[in-house]
Amino acid sequence: MRILLVLVKIVMVIMMNDALKKIKSSADKLKDDVLKGNKAELEAPVRSLNNVIYNKNDGFFELKGLMKKRTLTANTVKTFAQTLRVMSLSKSLIETEDIATKREAYYVSKNWDEARFKEQNESDAVMDDIEAMFSVNREQLGFIADEHGGSVAGELVVIDKDPNSGEELRIDCTRFGSGAYSIPSDVEHLRFETKAKSMIVIETNGMFERLNKHGFWRTANCIIVSMGGVPTRACRRFIRRLSDDADLDVFVFTDGDPYGYLNIYRTLKVGSGNAAHINEFFCVPRAKFLGITPDDIADYKLPTHPLKDVDIKRIKDGIKNDPFVHAHKSWQDALSKLMKNGKRAEQQALAKHGLNFVVSDYLPEKLKKPDSWLD
Amino acid sequence: MEKDVSLSNFTNNDTGVPRSNGSATAKAHELAKAQRDISIAEFFEKNRHLLGFDNKRKALLTTIKEAVDNSIDACEESDILPEIIVEIIDLGNDKYRVVVEDNGPGIVKAQIPKIFAKLLYGSKFHKLKMQRGQQGIGISAAVMYSQLTTGKATKIVSKIHPDEPAHYYELKINTQKNEPEILVDSVRDWHKDHGTRVEMELESSYMKGAQSVDEYLKETAIINPHVTIIYQPPKGDQLLLVRVTDDKPVQPKEIKPHPYGVEVGMMIKMLSVTKEKTVKSFLMSDFSRVSSSVAESILENAAILSKDKPSKMSRDHAEKLVKAIRDTKIMMPPTDCVVPIGSELLEKGLKKEVNAEFYASVSRSPQVYRGNPFLIEGSIAYGGLIPKEGSLNLMRFANRVPLLYQQGACAISEAVTSTSWRQYGLQQSGRNMPQGPVVLVIHVASVWVPFTSEAKEAIAHYPELIKEIKLCIQELGRSLGKYVNKKKRVGDELKKRSYIETYIPHISDAIFEIIGDFDKVSFEDKLRETLEKTRGKVEDLKFDPSKNLDYDEDLASIGKDSDGDNDE
Repeated sequence: MRILLVLVKIVMVIMMNDALKKIKSSADKLKDDVLKGNKAELEAPVRSLNNVIYNKNDGFFELKGLMKKRTLTANTVKTFAQTLRVMSLSKSLIETEDIATKREAYYVSKNWDEARFKEQNESDAVMDDIEAMFSVNREQLGFIADEHGGSVAGELVVIDKDPNSGEELRIDCTRFGSGAYSIPSDVEHLRFETKAKSMIVIETNGMFERLNKHGFWRTANCIIVSMGGVPTRACRRFIRRLSDDADLDVFVFTDGDPYGYLNIYRTLKVGSGNAAHINEFFCVPRAKFLGITPDDIADYKLPTHPLKDVDIKRIKDGIKNDPFVHAHKSWQDALSKLMKNGKRAEQQALAKHGLNFVVSDYLPEKLKKPDSWLD
Repeated sequence: MEKDVSLSNFTNNDTGVPRSNGSATAKAHELAKAQRDISIAEFFEKNRHLLGFDNKRKALLTTIKEAVDNSIDACEESDILPEIIVEIIDLGNDKYRVVVEDNGPGIVKAQIPKIFAKLLYGSKFHKLKMQRGQQGIGISAAVMYSQLTTGKATKIVSKIHPDEPAHYYELKINTQKNEPEILVDSVRDWHKDHGTRVEMELESSYMKGAQSVDEYLKETAIINPHVTIIYQPPKGDQLLLVRVTDDKPVQPKEIKPHPYGVEVGMMIKMLSVTKEKTVKSFLMSDFSRVSSSVAESILENAAILSKDKPSKMSRDHAEKLVKAIRDTKIMMPPTDCVVPIGSELLEKGLKKEVNAEFYASVSRSPQVYRGNPFLIEGSIAYGGLIPKEGSLNLMRFANRVPLLYQQGACAISEAVTSTSWRQYGLQQSGRNMPQGPVVLVIHVASVWVPFTSEAKEAIAHYPELIKEIKLCIQELGRSLGKYVNKKKRVGDELKKRSYIETYIPHISDAIFEIIGDFDKVSFEDKLRETLEKTRGKVEDLKFDPSKNLDYDEDLASIGKDSDGDNDE
């Protein structure tokens, strides 16, 4: 375990140096091209579902190889200036072993006069571009997410270290009472000790709190994680590392709607088109979809809402364009069924049968019936 | 109004409506006492607005305008390059003395009193010819106004030949009979070879600004580049508006009325004054475009014998004739009787007044409305020193005369506001004047300009006229639109270039931070060169105020409120 950690550390440092090298050589090439009067270009993979392929064996979205070339012209001169500024910021973060949240990086740009970003989504997009350009992940560039990665409760000890003293910290996730352990933005150095058999990964904090309050993790011998919507990279990486380390089954529990199926479950399991260059590390291929499935809606006679226009669009788009859906007949059927019924159901709808129905009946039943899961 | 009332009373009595009591008779007698001839003085008093004398300021302008228009017309008819002297003297108490003097052909002695002191007397009313005056009412109306407001006589000097003496008259109008009243009739020496001088006193007020005498004289000089005007305003220096060309405009031909433009009243009058012996020869010789066969088919349609005498024609016959004319196909009148100023001279005139970055002008070919040939020309100026705020500045002209009042009621304005200016790059809300730095000149030339009133301030809304004015505006607008778009493109390009300038240092700074020491200056130069090379040349559209050699700043400032002399 210790050796592995050291190895990971070394790999991290090498990767950081790798990012630094890539930044330097790219700036160097740009300079040479300009001085020689050549076209100055930056090249990055296209970040969309069009540019990913999926096969079940690998278990995640891989880049197809479409590249987007951006040539330095009067039209792109501002983007070039901003990209180079962010690269320079990243270089100094790596060299000083510091980090900046995406929000902080956005504020740093306010020193750049005309090259400053007006909105944070602009600086986020530039970071994503650089990330893809160098095939590194954002954390390697020294940038971390703004939001925390999710909440964890259950029979689990997370081994971390004090950021200042370096002293080892053992965090017992059973001892947060009605609260929970919060996943940090960098999870690479964490180690785990657990006797649990599985993880249940939950869309909403409300449902997480109910399960935590009733000690469901104790009765089901599992670890529960709240994603709070689409999981952050840190959350995905945490689930991946913990499930790999402790060999845990991963069950995903979301609302019964296309957002839960495609945006949350699919992203967690195989990654996204937007971050295809890093999916390999951030996917959880062993994840299974527990509920709420279209069949659950019928079987449990759940109260429903009609599908919204955006839901219908998302289903059509998924069936037509999503390589993951293309590869899974079961998901095509599930989406078609949802579409045909025109109804969606929330996790909380289970409360129709009593507030604790989810704990006493639904989850135990579902966990016992593998053929009710979706892959 | 009085007349109407009395007429209806008469009718009642004539038709023998039973008199229920004697009081109606008494009433009639009572009314009869009030019934009398209305003197032209009274008529004038009540209708002065129709003649352009509705307020003191306008009265001054109308008086000078009528005199100057007549002078230029007279010079042109005699093939003389016009030189007009205008003088306004402030006499205090809102009284002014106005002197207008020309180098025209002069007026034959016997005609002088009638021309100046008899309303509705003149050579122009029965003529169809493109000229400034049309009615023969203007100058005598001014004499009347002078007489009514000051009680003074109008003084005329006129001389027709170097060997002839100059005749001097002091005239008033007999307001009961509409006849001249001669106070002084004498002969005197005059330094001029020929010409006419009018001097009158009137109650008025002098102001500068958009509807002033100054503005009128300036616009007259702009639109008549062959005219010299020497103008002494009541205060300040003399203004010299010197002709810019010695080329006199081509004398427009007089034409006979076209049958399509004649209405019943006119037809009755023409039938009564014709020298022709038969209706057929009357039609052929007193109208244009009536051949023998056309005359015959008109008469056939009207069921009138061609040998009938014009003098025997009744009102009924005249009506039949007019109707028959409408049913007969007649060739349109000749159009060489309208003479354009020409797009070149029009633009030159506009350049004198306005220093803009873009000009365009159009002179369209003649058209016909109701048998009257007419022609539209226009010129447009954009940008440069024209104020960016505010709406389009419209300068209207009819037969080379500036129109300063009643813009809203004018067909030209209607044509401007009903044109969609957005497609030409200007802002416009609904059917309002477009917004932007634009000066538009429109000139309507016709043998008969249909004014909305005798004051000749606005042109009536004939659809044929409005349509043709719009076509002229659209032609100008398309050129303007092209320029505005080009300017926008160049502006965008320049913005992009400044963009390059803005971001190049950021690129070199960032690269410097990443790779350390390198030659920033040569990097930036090379990058600049590469980026600009691909963009090609930009046309220089930057406005250069010194490029317009025609611009005359002194002239342009005439009539402006901000004029330095206006220091009261």
